[in-house]
Amino acid sequence: MKRELTVPAIKEGTVIDHIPSRVTFKVMRILDLKEFNHVVSVVINLKSKAMGKKGIIKVSNRFLTKDEVNKIAILAPHATVNIIKNYEVKEKINVNVPDELDNIIKCSNPNCVTNNEKVKTFFNVVNKSPLQVICHHCERVMETDDIKLI
Amino acid sequence: MESINFKGRDIISIRDFSKKDLLYVLSIAKKIERDSDATLLKNKIIALLFFEPSTRTRLSFGSATKRLGGNTIGFAKADVTSIKKGETLWDTIKMVEQYSDVIVMRHPIEGAARLAAEAASVPVINAGDGSNQHPTQTLLDLYTIQKEKGNLENLNIGFLGDLKYGRTVHSLVIALSHFNANMFFISPNALKMPKHYLEELKKKKIKFTEVQNLSKISKKLDVLYVTRIQKERFPDALEYEKYKNVYRLDKSLLKQSKKDLIIMHPLPRVGEINPELDDTKNAVYFKQAGNGIPIRQALLSLVLGKIK
Repeated sequence: MKRELTVPAIKEGTVIDHIPSRVTFKVMRILDLKEFNHVVSVVINLKSKAMGKKGIIKVSNRFLTKDEVNKIAILAPHATVNIIKNYEVKEKINVNVPDELDNIIKCSNPNCVTNNEKVKTFFNVVNKSPLQVICHHCERVMETDDIKLI
Repeated sequence: MESINFKGRDIISIRDFSKKDLLYVLSIAKKIERDSDATLLKNKIIALLFFEPSTRTRLSFGSATKRLGGNTIGFAKADVTSIKKGETLWDTIKMVEQYSDVIVMRHPIEGAARLAAEAASVPVINAGDGSNQHPTQTLLDLYTIQKEKGNLENLNIGFLGDLKYGRTVHSLVIALSHFNANMFFISPNALKMPKHYLEELKKKKIKFTEVQNLSKISKKLDVLYVTRIQKERFPDALEYEKYKNVYRLDKSLLKQSKKDLIIMHPLPRVGEINPELDDTKNAVYFKQAGNGIPIRQALLSLVLGKIK
């Protein structure tokens, strides 16, 4: 039987693969794709040998920057990002958690000044795997499960 | 000792201090304690902004300033300020920096000191931000240990009581990790040191032991740092009742410890140290509170560039 692709291939753009299924929509939010005008395909709950269930996002006509890719790493440290040109993979970018997270995530400490005054958040990454970050303001250390995007 | 330029620097977290920085501040405190210049802070105005009640810290900053010839302005309660009218902390600081040369601030919100430092063009000294940091307390703790034990290296140091919420313990543990301390954490299971601090110690290859019973390790200790079980940190009064009397030190401790053990406490104490210990040479907690003066004198002089 001929196997069919769940999502059609794209001509130009970016394919983000190996996203843990449950964070796929969060990755969408990081990339701010709501107002995007071109085709975006999202698949979740795909079977994966390595991950159980995974998600894929295909974004037409947009090439992610290194910064954007690194933001993805906060939620999906094992994601792979492929830049597609003329239906072919032109570049593979490994996601890498950045050393600093500037106004990307919220502090989980309700008594942190960033949750009580109008202030941007800033975190330093203490450990990349497993992810551990420290709030620049209140010094609360957070792990992956505590991390919420702004 | 090589001098370090602290002029204009904010004192926000003990994490901002290198080992050299710590030792330098202690050396300046020692100098000032021996021979202080009563005009060093002449014509300087120190703003003491206490958004949360404090006795020791506020009074000792006031005393430290005045002993060096400086003046203070400020408040001891937030409800007398425009904060009540909805003013942001940022705006409060932007206003106060016009009136003063240094801002000393205590605030109930964690991270408030860091934010104030970002807002202010004058140096900010954190006098406690919620349950986060209280760096001047940590420095006076280090100063006390150094004075009493002669040095800070390779000591066996016990921390007893509320290790989960006690900010003084957390900061002192970070500071002592520069000095190869062998640490003992003595607490009930529910009030143990937070995991991430222990991980940090492991990374730095600092030896530590967790126990519930002080008598098991008391013989080894050079320093015992006692903390109050803080009622205000417990969401449930019943839980507090369960733990409030877990540790009550009295003279019997001295029979099973080194002769030159020192007992420290950031104060206030409630029931954890029996006053019968006060007159022993082991009890240094009141001297410790007094050490806040030279430390705060040193910091004020350093950030104003009056001592280099």
